[in-house]
Amino acid sequence: MKLVICAGPATTGKTAVLRHIISRLLRDDQRPAFLKIDVQYAEEDEILAREFGIPTRKCYSGELCPDHYNAMVLGDALEWAGAEECDILLVETAGLCLRCSPYVDGALGLAVLEATSGMNLPLKVGPMLSLADVAVITKIDRVSQAEREVFRAHIQNAAPEVQIREVNALHGIGIDPLVKSVRETPEAAEQLYLRGNPPVGTCTICVGKKEVGWQSHFGVIRALDNQVFYRGQ
Amino acid sequence: MIETITIIGGRSRSGGPEAVERIELKMGDVVSIVGPTGSGKTTLINDIELFADDNTPSGRRVLINGERPLDEYRIDPAHHPIALITQHTTFLSDLPVDEFLATHARIRSGSRSQIDEMIDGTLAFANQLTGEPVPLDARMTELSGGQARALLIADATIICDTPIVLLDEVENAGIHRKRALELLREHRKIFIFVTHDPRIALLSDYRIVMKGGAVTHVLTTNAEEHELCTRVGQLDDFLSRLREKIRLGERLTAQEAEVLS
Ligand SMILES: Nc1ncnc2c1ncn2[C@@H]1O[C@H](COP(=O)(O)OP(=O)(O)OP(=O)(O)O)[C@@H](O)[C@H]1O
Ligand SMILES: Nc1nc2c(ncn2[C@@H]2O[C@H](COP(=O)(O)OP(=O)(O)O)[C@@H](O)[C@H]2O)c(=O)[nH]1
Ligand SMILES: [Mg+2]
Ligand SMILES: [Mg+2]
Ligand SMILES: [Zn+2]
Repeated sequence: MKLVICAGPATTGKTAVLRHIISRLLRDDQRPAFLKIDVQYAEEDEILAREFGIPTRKCYSGELCPDHYNAMVLGDALEWAGAEECDILLVETAGLCLRCSPYVDGALGLAVLEATSGMNLPLKVGPMLSLADVAVITKIDRVSQAEREVFRAHIQNAAPEVQIREVNALHGIGIDPLVKSVRETPEAAEQLYLRGNPPVGTCTICVGKKEVGWQSHFGVIRALDNQVFYRGQ
Repeated sequence: MIETITIIGGRSRSGGPEAVERIELKMGDVVSIVGPTGSGKTTLINDIELFADDNTPSGRRVLINGERPLDEYRIDPAHHPIALITQHTTFLSDLPVDEFLATHARIRSGSRSQIDEMIDGTLAFANQLTGEPVPLDARMTELSGGQARALLIADATIICDTPIVLLDEVENAGIHRKRALELLREHRKIFIFVTHDPRIALLSDYRIVMKGGAVTHVLTTNAEEHELCTRVGQLDDFLSRLREKIRLGERLTAQEAEVLS
């Protein structure tokens, strides 16, 4: 089973990109399955099941960090896709936690960003971009060519290792190289590992203590003028 | 060196084959694309810019020097030999004008020493086309439609300096059209104008005619049209003068029209 993880801010065009990837995979006789991970609402599973008749699912992370939740359920999801006799699992995640990233070693990581967003966006999305394999720039039909080139340069500065692909996800232009990357992804290993290091984040706020002010808390904490430090036993 | 671009016909919007199977544009050609609104003019120049390879809705293919374009053009836009000035007259980029131009000049030229010169050149070019000069410290998003269009044309000519330039309806943004054509003509490139403007169409070597998403035929500008072009130019200059006076808040008189008779 190959694994593809597609992350990106809301409405950047993740589903639009995956839709074109799915249609090309089906044309090549591949059997994709689709999983959507969101915090509290999603309907991509129903839409894509209706459109392509492929196995789809969704799950909600609720109070968990969506990227941590992703790491917990991917194993089950691969098993599910296997039981459905699929050979590629496509995962779309909301990518709302800008400190973590959902990517896994040995799986293809796609970060979807839109050309219409602010020029500094690449600096703001952190590991969601820098740990991806490919940054997919959507909505290139909505901006001038000069803006496209400058936006691309900003991505390259923020994440020099990441490959950049520009697409018009409405008409499916520029999708073929992405499909090639999907086809070239190796089979997922038995034991998968998250890419990068999840950030520290264990404090008494995490377990429900609601006082404002670091003085009331224990664990890994931080004050306005200080770096992270540890308070407690 | 780029000598030719070839457009291999695809399908019309209704799916039938495109009437013109092959168009070859040569270095130095000035070409217009004409046709009713919605006939697929923008789609055609987008196909050219993307080096369509039967992977766009029209099914067209585009060749450079008779061959499939190098992948490097697609992968690294700094080597892309085509500059496209779209119909958009708004910027979405929130950068200040100087920072935007400096970044673009750095990507395109690769050398830091020429950046200031390129920015100055771009602004000087743009400001010949607009009524009010483009302020360097404004955000791109604050520029007017005409300023944005003028800056993009200047950017394409001076910063991109590509051998092929595609311009989508330059006439629509209230810039000095005649000046733009003169400045552009100083450079030897392939120019492709999507246009509804008779003067631009008649100044072209030939025009590609479109309908229903497909090219129906190609018309080479003939001797009669070349001759007519002078007269069309006078009429157009006349209208430009009136436009300019109105812009400057002046009154028009009955004598204005005397030059026409
Ligand atoms: N060959 C084609 N096959 C399928 N769809 C097409 C084709 N050509 C154009 N279209 C579609 O037709 C619509 C109008 O085309 P386009 O925007 O290129 O028109 P235009 O001539 O530039 O119009 P305007 O003068 O208003 O700018 C677009 O949605 C485009 O995707
Ligand atoms: N013009 C344009 N619109 C796009 C493009 N990609 C996505 N969209 C539109 O953006 C909206 C959000 O896309 P969607 O795929 O649902 O985003 P997601 O939330 O990231 O999955 C939809 O209306 C899409 O049609 C693109 O390349 N060009
Ligand atoms: Mg979606
Ligand atoms: Mg158009
Ligand atoms: Zn997180």
